Amino acid sequence: MSGHGSNYVPQNKVAAWVDSRLPIFSLMNDQLNAFPTPKNLNYWYTFGGILTFMLVVQIITGVVLVMHYTPHVDYAFASIEHIMRDVNSGWLLRYIHMNGASMFFVAVYIHIFRGLYYGSYKEPREVLWILGVVILLLMMATAFMGYVLPWGQMSFWGATVITNLFSAIPLVGESVVTWLWGGFNVDNPTLNRFFSLHYLLPFAIAGVVVLHIWALHVPGNNNPLGIDVKDPKQDAVPFHPYYTVKDAFALVVFVIVFAFFVFYMPNYMGHPDNYVEANPLVTPAHIVPEWYFLPFYAILRAVPDKLGGVLLMFGAIAVLFIVPWLDTSKVRSATFRPIYKQFFWLLVIDCIVLGYVGSRPAEGVWIIIGRIATAYYFLHFLVIMPLVGLMETPRPRPKSIAEAVLAKAKSKGEGGAAAQPAE
Amino acid sequence: MKKTTVILGLALGMAVMGGPAAHAAGKVEPAINIDFSFEGPFGTFDRAQLQRGFQVYKEVCAACHSMNYVPYRALGDEDGPGFTEDEVKAIAAQYEVQDGPDSSGEMFMRPARPSDKFVAPFPNKEAATAANGAYPPDLSLITKARAGFHGTIKQFFEGIGGPEYVYSVLTGYQEPPADAGEGPAGASYNPYFTNGPWIAMAPPLMEGLVEYADGTPATEDQMARDVAAFLAWAAEPTMVERKETGLRVMLFLIILAGLLYASYKKMWKGIAH
Repeated sequence: MSGHGSNYVPQNKVAAWVDSRLPIFSLMNDQLNAFPTPKNLNYWYTFGGILTFMLVVQIITGVVLVMHYTPHVDYAFASIEHIMRDVNSGWLLRYIHMNGASMFFVAVYIHIFRGLYYGSYKEPREVLWILGVVILLLMMATAFMGYVLPWGQMSFWGATVITNLFSAIPLVGESVVTWLWGGFNVDNPTLNRFFSLHYLLPFAIAGVVVLHIWALHVPGNNNPLGIDVKDPKQDAVPFHPYYTVKDAFALVVFVIVFAFFVFYMPNYMGHPDNYVEANPLVTPAHIVPEWYFLPFYAILRAVPDKLGGVLLMFGAIAVLFIVPWLDTSKVRSATFRPIYKQFFWLLVIDCIVLGYVGSRPAEGVWIIIGRIATAYYFLHFLVIMPLVGLMETPRPRPKSIAEAVLAKAKSKGEGGAAAQPAE
Repeated sequence: MKKTTVILGLALGMAVMGGPAAHAAGKVEPAINIDFSFEGPFGTFDRAQLQRGFQVYKEVCAACHSMNYVPYRALGDEDGPGFTEDEVKAIAAQYEVQDGPDSSGEMFMRPARPSDKFVAPFPNKEAATAANGAYPPDLSLITKARAGFHGTIKQFFEGIGGPEYVYSVLTGYQEPPADAGEGPAGASYNPYFTNGPWIAMAPPLMEGLVEYADGTPATEDQMARDVAAFLAWAAEPTMVERKETGLRVMLFLIILAGLLYASYKKMWKGIAH
């Protein structure tokens, strides 16, 4: 990482002078330009770059929005309308930021499931995975506090419900909640501290993202085959231009979807109640969180006991931290794991079911479905993952990435490097 | 705590709503789906319709409902009602706002200017509630704050149905069915009302209530459509600019994606992957 042992030779004397004192050009060259990347990464591997882009978009739009926003219970809602109506392109900034949060979560969930499918959390990438889960937690905290800032009905009642969860802590719960609120209710001090933290945490995320990429660049990328790069000359290509162009294409396709929501259905992923100013005296009929929290909300409500629900909800994320040790299989990629592959898709379906249950009122059949889906979520990680790893017979894996991609190219009738040289 | 919050909230909600919320358990009808000019990716506002809708708001709704976030100058928006500058000034001048303090420290009343927000019928929420028995909600954002259509798929294709909700509530007053029971005193039966079916607002429209300058017959249906369209504009005055920008952005992105895909194909040609 430090540039020691780099083959990079700066192009001019000034750069060489700087580089011998602070090897920043060597670092950038080795990590962003020449970095050997497996040849066989598919489009699921473009979401890391997409997520980095989304973080930058959220920070830039957020910083500009703050220039026009007033974090005070009497003015917050009106200042949002000021942004929407009076600020030049304010509507665009706000809709990008609003929908950007949703798109950020779309990308992060795909990124996580990609990691689960290809075993990207396994040795030697455990720290990389754990840092990813830390980023997820920080993102959730940031998104939750950001949703409070417009001070609509869902902002207020969402904040009330979620902060109240901490009252489940034995003995000190009520005191903790009062401390979080800065008073005896969700009120101006709460809004102010959420605003402060909502501005701070994205920079913390950016810091952990740097660690995440660092931890990625020590072992290098995993890949859909889940086998190591043996010979970088045969199995890998330099990151630039090969993956910069592929990531750029995938990013633009992603941004088209993003732009579709921003320009044509900007409020689709929000809730109408948040266009009603917060009123502590009127509770909305159904308090629902943003869609990306719905699976966790379903887990929270799955048990009648409040403390139990809170523990399960946090447990649903905590369990991700130990996934590298719960999966007992030595084979990384689900491509070669016929049994695990099926359970992977069951988990995906389970999470979608949980999300749907989270959007329904907690009554009747939804309670039962929510409980089954919650139980299955934990069963997957705590029982199925360890057992399948021990009992399953994986399919044979290719000897190298080069061998596999050449075989694939031949079967498709496309030329490999040898068969059809570049023009 | 959650349960108690909800129960407490509901109880307070009933108190604030002046009763109708007590029947919140009643089934709310989905809004009547009518076509508006501003639907779809190329839809724009119908200027004449917005001017008529403003007239309905001004002469009927504004007796009770505020629009605190909309300034008079917005009535001159090219993409919106498009009143001329003089017309906007004349409309604003019909209202009085408090200003001050002047050089002697006194507050004073003056005619409203285009830069002022719509003057509210009541000085505050409490006064509005006291006068009406229930709080008549501010209408600045009403079409974004109420869903007429429900469900993830339905809303994807039809939108949340905010303007349709407004139309449906305005035209949806009915004789209560036999099993509806007794509503709260003074309430009317309206199955489209979100906290329904009993609504504190008496039926506000009847044929010929306003006289349109453009000669359009002021039927109940016409007035409801016009005011729903006007409120949709008021809630989202930048909609036309948004869709026009969106079209340019989409075209740019699609071309860019095509170029990048071609570059990607060219770059990777001959490399098995």
